[in-house]
Amino acid sequence: MMVPMVTGTEVVFWICAVLAILGAVGLITFSKPVYSALCLALVMVSLAVIYASLGAPFLMAVQIIVYTGAILMLFLFVIMLVGVDTHDSFTETLKGHRVAAGLAGVGVLTLLTLAVTQVVLGSPAGLDAANAGGNVEGLASLIFSRYVIAFECTAALLITAAVAAMVLAYPEKVKKKIGQVERAAQRLEAFTKSGQHPGPKPSSGVFARHNSIATPALLPDGTVAEESVSRILADRVAIASAEDLWAPHDEILAAIESEEDDIFELEEAKEETEAEVSEGVPTRQDTPINEDDQDKDDSKDQDKEEKDND
Amino acid sequence: MTSLYLILAVILFSIGLIGFLIRRNALVVFMCVELMLNACNLLFVAFSNHHGILDGQMAAFFVMVVAAAEVVIGLSIIVMITRTRRSTSVDAGTVLKG
Amino acid sequence: MLLEILSPVAAQGLMQWAWLLIAIPGGMAALLLIAGKVTNRFGHWLATAAPIASFILALIFFIDLLSRSVEARTVSVHLYNWITAGAWEINVGILLDPLSIVFVLLITGVGSLIHIYSIGYMAHDPNRRRFFAYLNLFVAAMLLLVLADNYLVLFVGWEGVGLASYLLISFWQEKPSAAAAGKKAFIVNRVGDMGLLTASFTLLAMFSSTAFVDVSTGADKLTTGWATFLGFMLLLAACGKSAQVPLQSWLLDAMEGPTPVSALIHAATMVTAGVYLVVRSGAIFEQTPSAQLAVVIVGTVTLLAGAWIGCAKDDIKKVLAGSTMSQIGYMMLAAGIGPAGYAFAIFHLLTHGFFKANMFLGAGSVMHAMDDDVNMRHYGALRKLLPITFITFAMGYLAIIGFPMFAGFYSKDHIIEAAFHAQPAMGVLALIGAGVTAFYMTRLMMMTFFGEKRWREGVHPHESPVVMWVPLVILAIGSLIGGMALNGWIGHWLEPIGAEVSGHPSWLPHITTIGIITMVVVALGVALAWYLFSKKPVPDEAQEKVSILTTAGRQDLFGDTVNEYLIIKPASALSRGIAFMDEKGVTPAVEGSGRFVQLIGDKVRLIQNGYVRTYGLTMVVGAVLIGVALVLSRLV
Repeated sequence: MMVPMVTGTEVVFWICAVLAILGAVGLITFSKPVYSALCLALVMVSLAVIYASLGAPFLMAVQIIVYTGAILMLFLFVIMLVGVDTHDSFTETLKGHRVAAGLAGVGVLTLLTLAVTQVVLGSPAGLDAANAGGNVEGLASLIFSRYVIAFECTAALLITAAVAAMVLAYPEKVKKKIGQVERAAQRLEAFTKSGQHPGPKPSSGVFARHNSIATPALLPDGTVAEESVSRILADRVAIASAEDLWAPHDEILAAIESEEDDIFELEEAKEETEAEVSEGVPTRQDTPINEDDQDKDDSKDQDKEEKDND
Repeated sequence: MTSLYLILAVILFSIGLIGFLIRRNALVVFMCVELMLNACNLLFVAFSNHHGILDGQMAAFFVMVVAAAEVVIGLSIIVMITRTRRSTSVDAGTVLKG
Repeated sequence: MLLEILSPVAAQGLMQWAWLLIAIPGGMAALLLIAGKVTNRFGHWLATAAPIASFILALIFFIDLLSRSVEARTVSVHLYNWITAGAWEINVGILLDPLSIVFVLLITGVGSLIHIYSIGYMAHDPNRRRFFAYLNLFVAAMLLLVLADNYLVLFVGWEGVGLASYLLISFWQEKPSAAAAGKKAFIVNRVGDMGLLTASFTLLAMFSSTAFVDVSTGADKLTTGWATFLGFMLLLAACGKSAQVPLQSWLLDAMEGPTPVSALIHAATMVTAGVYLVVRSGAIFEQTPSAQLAVVIVGTVTLLAGAWIGCAKDDIKKVLAGSTMSQIGYMMLAAGIGPAGYAFAIFHLLTHGFFKANMFLGAGSVMHAMDDDVNMRHYGALRKLLPITFITFAMGYLAIIGFPMFAGFYSKDHIIEAAFHAQPAMGVLALIGAGVTAFYMTRLMMMTFFGEKRWREGVHPHESPVVMWVPLVILAIGSLIGGMALNGWIGHWLEPIGAEVSGHPSWLPHITTIGIITMVVVALGVALAWYLFSKKPVPDEAQEKVSILTTAGRQDLFGDTVNEYLIIKPASALSRGIAFMDEKGVTPAVEGSGRFVQLIGDKVRLIQNGYVRTYGLTMVVGAVLIGVALVLSRLV
């Protein structure tokens, strides 16, 4: 037979080898970490198939379950956690680093290839004999006899790793959590010291034409109640002044009192006032992601209000 | 036949090494390390097949276990660094600068 | 013919307890110093009991030795093995022989009297207990020095004496002059110690032993060169301890200490150590005529220098200090003559111990009466008010000038005679010294006890209490009969240690031509002093315009100036030079190397850019290079 014997193993190798190398190249060339992770998954699955063809079905399973299933999923989780939409810039910041790294990589490749090709290997013995009683059973008998101490050590290692991961990833609580009782005590303490009003702050002004919390409440004497608007809003947004708030009312009063019932003019005035106020309302894009923890509650409320506004 | 597996392992290892040196994203760098570990695993399995004994597969198995532990720790460190430095770039932390 | 030290016999019976001689005062000193204030009230009584106990013990040993045959009079007591290194074995042991027992008796006897005297003298001192502890320490160290059976243990006692003298001279440490005097004594003694150490090391190298017995039996195997070297080193040591020229400068300053200390240093301990060392090392000096000659010259120069200083001083204690130098010079002269002089050196040392202690304590009594004024120009006409002091002092005076039948007459005449036989020139100088001694001692007597009152205002002289004058009386008796009692005996007693005595001297003075000449010279000195200081009134203040000779005497013969220019100035110049070298040479070199390293660091630290990737790259490049090296090494 002139046609060379092509075994299933070889076919699997050539297909999977090409896929694995493509995946590896993709891993280091894609700028998005998610793509890199998916490329790594491709490499791992290809290797799993190669393992299967090399008489290691148990390892194939472990490769897919542990590596592709667990480890890579963990990678993806972290990628999502730290920001999925970040791109890596490929501009090299260290001078000459990329060239040197390439040369070093090629050097390693050359050396290792040289080493590997120097080795004269006969035909593989195959694992048929070793796997005669089943691959899993063979591995199991090894694990629990010759490698039992190493196996127990890995158990300890995994436990340690799990504990360490918890310790490392768990964010430290900076402040003690304040409950209802403590908060009430604080308020009363502030009241005894500075006479600060222990009850809730006055709610924002809600009028017929506005439900934005950027609108301050008016006190009975017609002035603005400062505390009715969140401090953060007061810093960033133009708060309507008492005169503005009174303006429509005055106009309407004036219109009613005037003998001319010109509805059209009244409508115009109303539109103008509305435009002025909505300019002051912040949009979602302008709001920075970071807020002081202290005022988180307030900003959430504000967001809610804004959505309603939109 | 076995040398082909060896060459594949060498190629994968070298690609992983180059990626490790070039990429700046800590996650990708970490993935490259995993790639190099996998290349080594491939060697183990190939030699196991070549010699007809299961100890190589055993070693590959242990490598996977250790890799799992390593990934858990490594990723939690990356998460922690990201939380404090707001960046996943390995160039961000230059505290070791002399 | 020289007799070698007889091989000692092992101690038996009570002799085995000979170490108690040292241990009693030593232990008492430790007790007083450690127990502290508790013993303030009765410490001085305990301290006085210690040397008396030692003295009684020594007397018992002395009688025991007397009753033995000559061959059995050298007794060794092995205490313990101190150092064993290779072939060397240094033992701590006690050597009781005729020489050391004589010293022990002198030290403990005179020491006890000084202790008793001090009870009165130091009665009102706030630190009396400490003073007595130091006195005991002094006695213990001196006993260790004379009882040691080898040079290394002797050195321990030697240093102990140095320490105790430092502590006692600067006892009134609140006085800067006393503190300085203590330091001076200590430092000058260090020079001598260096000599003794060098000699001990040389002996160790030569004989693998420093025991006196080994040295004296092996001394004739020494080459002349080494013997001379050893002789000069031992002479240097003796000069330091015995205040001989050129290391004499500390002795006069040592008068800063309390007067009993001066008495102890000058009469019983310390200064006699040098004479003891020379006599003990007689076997070595026998081998080297040049070192012997050096000893003779040093002794002669010192006896003249001391006498000269004694003539010029107005301070009563300094006059006595000068006389001590002078008398020790006589002893060194005798010791340098060789076996013919050893017995006379020790003889004079003993009689000197009596009359010098007598006079120092008498001077202390006078000072006590004169409110601690030491200037003789402020004394005068004290003989009626201090009768006991006057009588006892007169005994010492007659003894030191060599008045017939008094102690010094026998011992000093022997030395002058021996000097004439050995070195006529030295004999003449010793003779002149005797005349000068008579002159300055007469001057002292005249200025202190005779003439007119020159007392300062508010001074009311009175006789000292009984504890002070009883020792004076005992010592005066010693000054009177010491010479007669010992004259016929000491020479033969010391034969076992190598002394050579011709004829059979008895207690009767042996009238010779030289003896008669000596008496004439002494009489001339007395007459001159009497003429100068008794006929004319003594000026109240020291005159400024005086001859160069007087000025030199007052300045201690410029001893301090010589030291200043020969040693201190060059030493400080050398120090300054070294400091300059350090500043301009060493410091820039050190700093420069530091800066160099800093410079390198500045460049090298750029490699540490903090980028993990760079570190990784470096690692990979290193691995590649190692791989390449491996491959290349395979190919070659």
